[in-house]
Amino acid sequence: MILIVAEHTAGKLGKATLEMVSAARDSGREGPITVLVLGQNVASVATEAAAVADQVLVADLPGLATYNAETWAAAAAQIAQEGEAHTIIMGGSRSGREYAPRVAVKLDAPYLEDVTSLKGNGAALQGQRYTYLARVTETVEAEGPVVVVTVKPGSFAAAAPAGAAGEQYDVELNLPAPRVEITGKSVEKSSRVALAEADLIVTGGRGVGSPENFTKYVEGLADALGAGVGATRAVVDAGWRPYAEQVGQTGKTVQPGAYIALGVSGAVQHLSGMGKSKNIIAINKDAEAPIFKVADYGIVGDINEIVPALIEASKK
Amino acid sequence: MNILTLVRQVPDAEARVKINQQTVDLDGTTLVVDGMDEYGVEEALRLRESGAGVEQIIALAIGPKRNEDALRTALAMGVDRAIHVETDEHFDAVTLSKVVAQVAQSENVGLILVGGQEADWDSQALGAASAERLSWPQLTWTNELKLDGDTLTGRHDVDDGNESFRVTLPAVVTTQQGLNEPRYPTLPNIMKAKKKELRKDDAAAYGLQARVRTVGAEIQTRARRNTMIDGKDPQAAAAQLLELLRSEAKVLA
Ligand SMILES: Cc1cc2nc3c(=O)[nH]c(=O)nc-3n(C[C@H](O)[C@H](O)[C@H](O)COP(=O)(O)OP(=O)(O)OC[C@H]3O[C@@H](n4cnc5c(N)ncnc54)[C@H](O)[C@@H]3O)c2cc1C
Repeated sequence: MILIVAEHTAGKLGKATLEMVSAARDSGREGPITVLVLGQNVASVATEAAAVADQVLVADLPGLATYNAETWAAAAAQIAQEGEAHTIIMGGSRSGREYAPRVAVKLDAPYLEDVTSLKGNGAALQGQRYTYLARVTETVEAEGPVVVVTVKPGSFAAAAPAGAAGEQYDVELNLPAPRVEITGKSVEKSSRVALAEADLIVTGGRGVGSPENFTKYVEGLADALGAGVGATRAVVDAGWRPYAEQVGQTGKTVQPGAYIALGVSGAVQHLSGMGKSKNIIAINKDAEAPIFKVADYGIVGDINEIVPALIEASKK
Repeated sequence: MNILTLVRQVPDAEARVKINQQTVDLDGTTLVVDGMDEYGVEEALRLRESGAGVEQIIALAIGPKRNEDALRTALAMGVDRAIHVETDEHFDAVTLSKVVAQVAQSENVGLILVGGQEADWDSQALGAASAERLSWPQLTWTNELKLDGDTLTGRHDVDDGNESFRVTLPAVVTTQQGLNEPRYPTLPNIMKAKKKELRKDDAAAYGLQARVRTVGAEIQTRARRNTMIDGKDPQAAAAQLLELLRSEAKVLA
């Protein structure tokens, strides 16, 4: 069987899970597509998952109330072994890429990390992944009775329901006691359209000038166009915006229909997160800014003048 | 307790990458220590300077000869000695974690610091895979660390924000930007580093077998329109851009 470990938050199945189901369907690997739901009070998640999977395994346990790399890895590996899964797919989120390597070691399986495609190639499983700050696409391949995979968010279409809902089964797990004690947590929420899901993104860089200007210009334009809001690392490091909005190598990877970069220089680490956008629009006062090299449309000008005019014009 | 810090040599972020026969060709490319690993080296030094009971800080590199430069940099920054497991074969991170785990065991290591994401292969797996092989806990994407006895506290990024944590060593920690500002090696320290031990280990002794093959590589370029709009008249520029977004790019209704 193909085992997918669901990603979910606040009782809702994440889009990433639907993308993993598409990856599983693409993979050409045989056997039922099985979604494993780990957590507590996850009945609604399991029902959503059942719409796209052949079967759903539910581990609704107090020990799974919060994510922990060691517990998640132990749970995924146990179910994979008991169910004789040959392909284990996890999300390419921070947490997914953190516990998946542990699953690979536990199962003594090769690991295809953060793939953007997945297909069978004879006995091997083949995927593509971005390397060298997303400037190179490499094709990697692994063989084995068992292969562990993480899937890059946003790379596959969300799976549509297929036929009848899959059966749900409760599973027992033997979980290790977590050794990392969490002593505090701060949740960063962007009030906007989730970046991964936005088809239009307005991103502000340091050139926007101040947190107040960010609200006025970046959020202002995003509101006028119905877009999501992104930020560069410089802006996040300065404390103007939450990390949740960071786009780039160490932030989110996005591929919207259009990406509007305001006062963004276009550092390679930033490009690596947004360079696959279908259209890139850059507004920067420096005609030499590297962002113009990757832009479809560029305006050399001052944010303080161009953006108010854009907001005004887009309201017409 | 010893700290093991992992270093790798990668192309400079601004360097052009080229492909030759389906693989990335680094010939003539400017190489630097992976920035994410440098945070780890710096943090190991800072933990010791803060008075934690750290005996030795050991830098480990696995890979081709060029990684000696990364080890020399780490030695010049202040680590005590270096180990180079030299190999020209490209191993995936899960396979490489075998070396890390064996070295950690034989060198009495209580803390492993490794960059959170590799600037070349983009993998985030080495820390976690090493932790699993050693049966140790792990903390990824840390941006604050404190060591008191064998209690490690700090803060790290997670999917939806960040967390403060406490864990008892041994543990694996992956580092990232924001954790610290790596120091520059001074000339006297560069001189001193030349006398420090840089041990060469035979890769064959670690029983590695690559499990992931790279079968192709392509530079991704997308032709961009590069249509420039004059911003001198903001109203006209705004109107023109919106028109192009509607009619040409078709991203606005
Ligand atoms: C390991 C590592 C990981 C990183 N990860 C990321 C990442 O994930 N995401 C990321 O974004 N960065 C990342 N960075 C940082 C990256 O290298 C750059 O420092 C950062 O992207 C720069 O942000 P910026 O473009 O907002 O700021 P700057 O580089 O300061 O650019 C500001 C731009 O605004 C323009 N400007 C100024 N005033 C105006 C005005 N009034 N009107 C119009 N234009 C104006 C300037 O001409 C300039 O081009 C990373 C760096 C490292 C080393």
